[in-house]
Amino acid sequence: MKTDRPVNLNLLAFSFPLAALVSITHRVTGVILFVGVAFALYALDMALASPEGFAVAQSLIAQPLSKFILLGLIAALEFHILAGLKHILMDFHLGDSVAAARYGSMVVIALTVISTAVIGAILW
Amino acid sequence: MVKQVSQVMALSNSGLSDWVVQRATAVILTAYFTWVMAFFLLTPSIDYAVLTGFFASPAMKIAGTLAVLSTVAHAWIGLWTIGTDYLRPAHVGQYATSVRFAYQAGCLLVLFVYLIWAMRLVWQF
Repeated sequence: MKTDRPVNLNLLAFSFPLAALVSITHRVTGVILFVGVAFALYALDMALASPEGFAVAQSLIAQPLSKFILLGLIAALEFHILAGLKHILMDFHLGDSVAAARYGSMVVIALTVISTAVIGAILW
Repeated sequence: MVKQVSQVMALSNSGLSDWVVQRATAVILTAYFTWVMAFFLLTPSIDYAVLTGFFASPAMKIAGTLAVLSTVAHAWIGLWTIGTDYLRPAHVGQYATSVRFAYQAGCLLVLFVYLIWAMRLVWQF
């Protein structure tokens, strides 16, 4: 494989369309969730271990930093699921025109914000 | 003929299989997390007994097992794709194959730990 082929893509010179930003954010949220699994397993392990552990996990999640991490992970999960569903629809050629992809991206962002706000409001 | 290293280090040696697995696991995980999220949001007050009761039911053990296996497969395909996209000679230099191999090994190690840990949680009751 030739490794000295020229690379002409200067990513900083692009103005990305919304669908591209949603696509890269889908990847970023995927990586965030991969790391976030450790936090979720840690909290769940503690909460399921014993009634005492449950109380500790409950007070831990009540901390502002933990709340921030939890809501961040929920937002990442919401976005990742919604962008993934959009991706599957586009696999079936539903909404894969330029205009529809832009509209779909807006829907993904809007639903992420709304669902995260609703979940955040219910949790606190 | 010598196989390309990138091909040897793929999940299934079939892009089509990876494609289907990624989507099937996505649907499973969407269903599982929607259900778990609904439990946390709609249960009025969750204490230790309610939480363990939820996860101890046979249906949740089966669903949990499916979700854990789906997570591992889904994360591996996604992380593999990201690695082959960005950890290339053009981005990380001439040792890209070694870097990518180390990255993939690290991802698999973490996923293996997740697998054991999560399975223990799912089947502890």
